[in-house]
Amino acid sequence: MSDNHELLLQIKDLTIHYVTESGRVHAVEGLNLELARGETLGFVGETGAGKTTTALGIMRLLPMPPARIESGDIIFEGESLLTKSAAQMRAIRGGKIAMIFQDPMTSLDPVVPVLDQIAEMVELHHKGTKADARKRAGDMLELVGIPRERGSAYPHQFSGGMKQRVVIAIALACDPTLLIADEPTTALDVTIQAQVLELMHQLKEKFRTSMIMITHDLGIVAEMCDKVAIMYAGRVVEYGSTADIYETRLHPYTEGLFNSLPDLDSEQEELKVIHGLMPDPTNLPTGCCFHPRCPYAAEECSKVSPEMTEVSPGHFVACPVRTASFVKN
Amino acid sequence: MAEYTEQNEYRKQRGPFAEVMHRLSRSPLAMFGLAFIMLLVFCAVFANWLAPYPFAKQNLLHMFELPSSKYLLGTDEFGRDILSRLIYGARVSLQVGFIAVGISLVVGGLLGAFAGFYGGWLDNLIMRVMDVLLAVPQTLLAIAIAAALGPGLYNLMIAVGISAVPNYARIVRGSVLSIRGMEYVEAARAVGSSDLRIILRHIIPNSMAPIIVQSTLGVASAILNAAGLSFIGLGIQPPNPEWGAMLSGGRQYIRDFPHLTLYPGLAIMLTILALNFLGDGLRDALDPKLKR
Repeated sequence: MSDNHELLLQIKDLTIHYVTESGRVHAVEGLNLELARGETLGFVGETGAGKTTTALGIMRLLPMPPARIESGDIIFEGESLLTKSAAQMRAIRGGKIAMIFQDPMTSLDPVVPVLDQIAEMVELHHKGTKADARKRAGDMLELVGIPRERGSAYPHQFSGGMKQRVVIAIALACDPTLLIADEPTTALDVTIQAQVLELMHQLKEKFRTSMIMITHDLGIVAEMCDKVAIMYAGRVVEYGSTADIYETRLHPYTEGLFNSLPDLDSEQEELKVIHGLMPDPTNLPTGCCFHPRCPYAAEECSKVSPEMTEVSPGHFVACPVRTASFVKN
Repeated sequence: MAEYTEQNEYRKQRGPFAEVMHRLSRSPLAMFGLAFIMLLVFCAVFANWLAPYPFAKQNLLHMFELPSSKYLLGTDEFGRDILSRLIYGARVSLQVGFIAVGISLVVGGLLGAFAGFYGGWLDNLIMRVMDVLLAVPQTLLAIAIAAALGPGLYNLMIAVGISAVPNYARIVRGSVLSIRGMEYVEAARAVGSSDLRIILRHIIPNSMAPIIVQSTLGVASAILNAAGLSFIGLGIQPPNPEWGAMLSGGRQYIRDFPHLTLYPGLAIMLTILALNFLGDGLRDALDPKLKR
């Protein structure tokens, strides 16, 4: 989609562990990602796959301790985020990288009028008077389809969809170059989901913002994203353009995810589900983490941790068994 | 129909203060409490004009007089007008009540907020010191501080204020702990707010409800504490009128002239009662679970 492949964000070999008394949680393990300007990356995986941990890691908002970045680097606009000082990070948060949280019901301060909450963001990152900030906040409200006059209302006087619009207005108020949306529609009902997604899509185009979209809804990914990364137990198992993944999904886990979507066209008695549960992140299986649940598992899968291989340009898979059979065909 | 919903929409747009006042006005007891406190504040402010006599004016020809049209509540052992002394006494009692609570609120509130927000060893250090202070009965602690500082109005406020610090620290810490984990605090971090800004703009306003209630009830106990200290001679010194000191002065004549102790006692009782009613009403008005 983006013609100039100017890299905005590059995550290299990122490993994040939570060190707790009951053991070491391998939340993110050797993660590599690249995101160009204007691109949208979908981050798909089950609860506990490490999606939110990665997002908070980029924002440097992980609670440390217990979280520890064991290795790797996060490079944003050519500079490492991990070596920034606290004050530099505060300028980046909100100003350059903004985040939309999962639940709009709880991510707005209940005792501050919504306009003031948007203005707070503007005040923090733009020089200018309070009046300027409030004017900009009012503009943002109108941009997300809420009349300016409603700005003096408190969050409890808004519906869920309107609150999420306010959250989006806050996130976009300072023209961030990267927007991280952590399951932005999970807490909303389906009709509102469609509206909010449409709004996000429009605004993203308008501001040419790059976006990381964390979700477990494959429909949203198909609609919004240019690239998809499928995560399982802290690792990216398949990574490629949305078209690649939807047409030639290779990793058995990706296949399992797609199979577990109900198909309206065919008569199916039962959903094909992936058997078993996510492994305990303090005690991951040896070799490929997915092998205990994998229908294609071979002997070697329990011994060797699979490397990412490029099966076609820009399409990476971490499964030697399926890659081999794909290459043969 | 459209007009109706629009009206409805705007009727609901009340600020938090107006909303709380609206809900408070539904409780008659709380309104009585509020009215009584307002009356007291009025008396305290305009004592110079309201009091029929100066508070220290002795009239030895009219000692121990029973209430009459000349002395509405009678006179004490030096022939001083009890009503005038009660009115001036309201000044002292309210000052002590509010300023002492102010001291404990600022000191305890900041200690609690830092302990709750940062946690870890700082939390442990502050709260263990508070636990030590809590282990000493509050009155005893106040007596010890007042005895160390010496008698006097300001020392009385400090003694009463400091002795209540642990209560406020605990309450503020508790509510900060519960708010610190809220998503909007994380969201505030995600827009680049500093710790201090988060504490001042998001955490303190959100933890106001329990603090306001505790303060209202705290004013009552501060007045009572101050009256107690004055009663045993560690507070306000004669001839300055203070309700506790008046009780103390009248206690040796209680068999023959009970009105010397009756009226100051009633004043203390009614004030505490009014503050407690107001505190209870505020607690209900500020409880979001009772929202209609």
